[in-house]
Amino acid sequence: MPVWLTDVEYHTLSAVCDRLIPETDDSGACRAGVPDYVDGLLGAFQYDPPRVFAGGPFSGRHGGEPGFGAFLALGPLQELAWRMRIEGSAGLPEREFNGPVVGWQERYRRGLEALGADFASVDADEQDRRLEREPEFVALIYEHCCEGMYGAPEYGGNRGGVGWRAAGFPGDVQPRGWSDEEVMGP
Amino acid sequence: MTADAVVVGSGPGGASAAEVLTRAGWTVTIVERGSNYLVDPSDPTQRGRDFSNDEIKSVHRHFLGPDPLVEPRTFRSSETDGERLFSGEVNSVPATVGGGGVHADGKVPRFRQDDFALRSAYGPVEGTEVADWPIDYAELEPWYARAERLVGVAGDGSANPLAAWRSGPYPMPPGPAMYGATRSCQASARLGLHPYPAPTAANSVEYDGRPACNNCGFCAFFGCPIHAKGDPLALLQRALSSGRAELLSDTFACRIVTDGRRATGVEVVAADGSRRTIGAGAVVLAAGAVETPRLLMLSGLEHPLLGRFLMTHFQTIAFGTFAEDLHAERGRAVTHVHDDAVLVDADARRAAARAGLPWIRGGMVEHGGTSLVVSEAKRYPRGPHHTKLMASSPMRRRLWALTMQGEDLPQYTNRVDLDPAVRDARGLPVARITYRPHRHELVASEHHRKTLVRVLKEMGATFTGVATSPAAPGDLGWEGPRSAAPDSHHVMGTTRMGTDPKRSVVDAYGRLHAVEGVVVADSSVFVTSAGYGPTLTLMALAARAAAALSGSDPLQLRAVE
Repeated sequence: MPVWLTDVEYHTLSAVCDRLIPETDDSGACRAGVPDYVDGLLGAFQYDPPRVFAGGPFSGRHGGEPGFGAFLALGPLQELAWRMRIEGSAGLPEREFNGPVVGWQERYRRGLEALGADFASVDADEQDRRLEREPEFVALIYEHCCEGMYGAPEYGGNRGGVGWRAAGFPGDVQPRGWSDEEVMGP
Repeated sequence: MTADAVVVGSGPGGASAAEVLTRAGWTVTIVERGSNYLVDPSDPTQRGRDFSNDEIKSVHRHFLGPDPLVEPRTFRSSETDGERLFSGEVNSVPATVGGGGVHADGKVPRFRQDDFALRSAYGPVEGTEVADWPIDYAELEPWYARAERLVGVAGDGSANPLAAWRSGPYPMPPGPAMYGATRSCQASARLGLHPYPAPTAANSVEYDGRPACNNCGFCAFFGCPIHAKGDPLALLQRALSSGRAELLSDTFACRIVTDGRRATGVEVVAADGSRRTIGAGAVVLAAGAVETPRLLMLSGLEHPLLGRFLMTHFQTIAFGTFAEDLHAERGRAVTHVHDDAVLVDADARRAAARAGLPWIRGGMVEHGGTSLVVSEAKRYPRGPHHTKLMASSPMRRRLWALTMQGEDLPQYTNRVDLDPAVRDARGLPVARITYRPHRHELVASEHHRKTLVRVLKEMGATFTGVATSPAAPGDLGWEGPRSAAPDSHHVMGTTRMGTDPKRSVVDAYGRLHAVEGVVVADSSVFVTSAGYGPTLTLMALAARAAAALSGSDPLQLRAVE
């Protein structure tokens, strides 16, 4: 169940992600759970503390107590920035010191609507034509796709480390780190 | 609420000043606009636990600040661009307790003797204000040595034949060489260059109660999860442990208060938006070379040269792709460098003469790679090739780069001032940067990149390319108007140091000429930029300025007990 997107939006977004980073035997945006990453970002303030900054210092994947899952409380300026970024300025004077800001929630709502509720069911060529018509929105989704593919799994994407494995990336490595031999050798 | 001094900024400059002032018995209030993830002010033995190997948080979500949505800067390359080209992130150094020391990968070279006397050594360059510093290397050397001991620097004092003299060895030996660096150093040496282990503020052994670095690879842009990095932690712990310092994070210094003749305090905006004034007989400014002049301007403490001579480093990034995995995600991001490009040798003089310049200087060249996997992904196009590119990874696993931090000559027209319209979330005018490289930087980049590419080919690169920052339309690094702004986080100048109050903003001890009791303790005071990262030099200058302010002589004390 998505936390912020509607079921239809989630379905459309999944089809877009599959077009941007298509599924392969061992990778792909949907396999990595990118739609969940995006949904978690858009709904970050439905959690307390908001799911913006994962905790530290270790994930537990390479020893140590797992701490990434405990998201950090935001400072006042951080909360303002992330509410502006996600929710937009919403006509609030304290968010419009440089004019109105359109938030990601609105961009996704409008952008997914523009791609059409039937986006998932049309053929690939038609999907590409529709994506070509929304270059700025697609650029935003692609940024989030990359983050959801290769960021820490605690943010909702990169499920089970699938993005890292496919990219030959070890992910976070503290507190194990690397031995001097592993650093110096081929 | 009063203190003997208010220190604005908790980065390497502010922390260095606070350590010296508290040692001299002064009470100090450190004001930091960013949040505190570094040290518990109520129990300074407790270190922060929120830094992590998390690229989303640290690189893509502005965890270390400033967030450009609420604290933007604006940029234009010259006045002919109009009021600004864009608003957003420009040259920002972290806004967090520890400042630039937190995100830096810890390379802390000293400058050379000639860096303090460019005008005498090489002469003027038309269109620039190349000048000698009012101090020389010998004056600063003991302060360099003290700063190296306090934060902990690993290096080999005899490995760089081009280095300035040293009064003693580095406190720690170098850490392990990255595999790629071993390869690029061997190739460099075969071509007659002089690579050496980068002086690095990351512990190679346990030091001052902090562990040895375990090579996790998340250095640049990340705070250190295990506190093996020589960021300002040790300095802040010393200041706070004295019982004479307090640290106010999430607090913005918005105005220096004076009685017309001297400073009487600093007005601050607290996290809840409330304003108050902290009374103090002295104000130490260490907000960085963009925010420090901004605060002076917001305070009405004008000087005809305030904000002028903004310098950064002209980055020339030569990169090579290799057939094999160089695993740059293991190790300290950059373990080796070479300095040959800072020399004004016969080749450089010939290249300068061909371009109608008297001389050119490059800068330190860093041998390194990248571990930023999300950033790599964003560089590749979308579509079916994306996952194949990520798997073969020509821009991460099989990449090696030689990055020259080229000397940037001081120009009157390169400056920081207050943007006429754009505001931060507090409603205050933001800093506007007007910057365009001089032909010197472009010619030096063109000249030295040839050597960098030769090294990569000698190393076995199957493909090479060169990008610069700033870039011009048509360059490989050009990605639209934002590329005209330099990426470098090394920002310098803007409150130039000198003896003549007409030709400089502060004196040789960082004291503002215009009003008593205001001292600049960051890289704003630099007269020229050198081709080296500014951190160690600004720390040495900040400690020296704080000693002069407090009339104390910390060099006579044992620096590290």
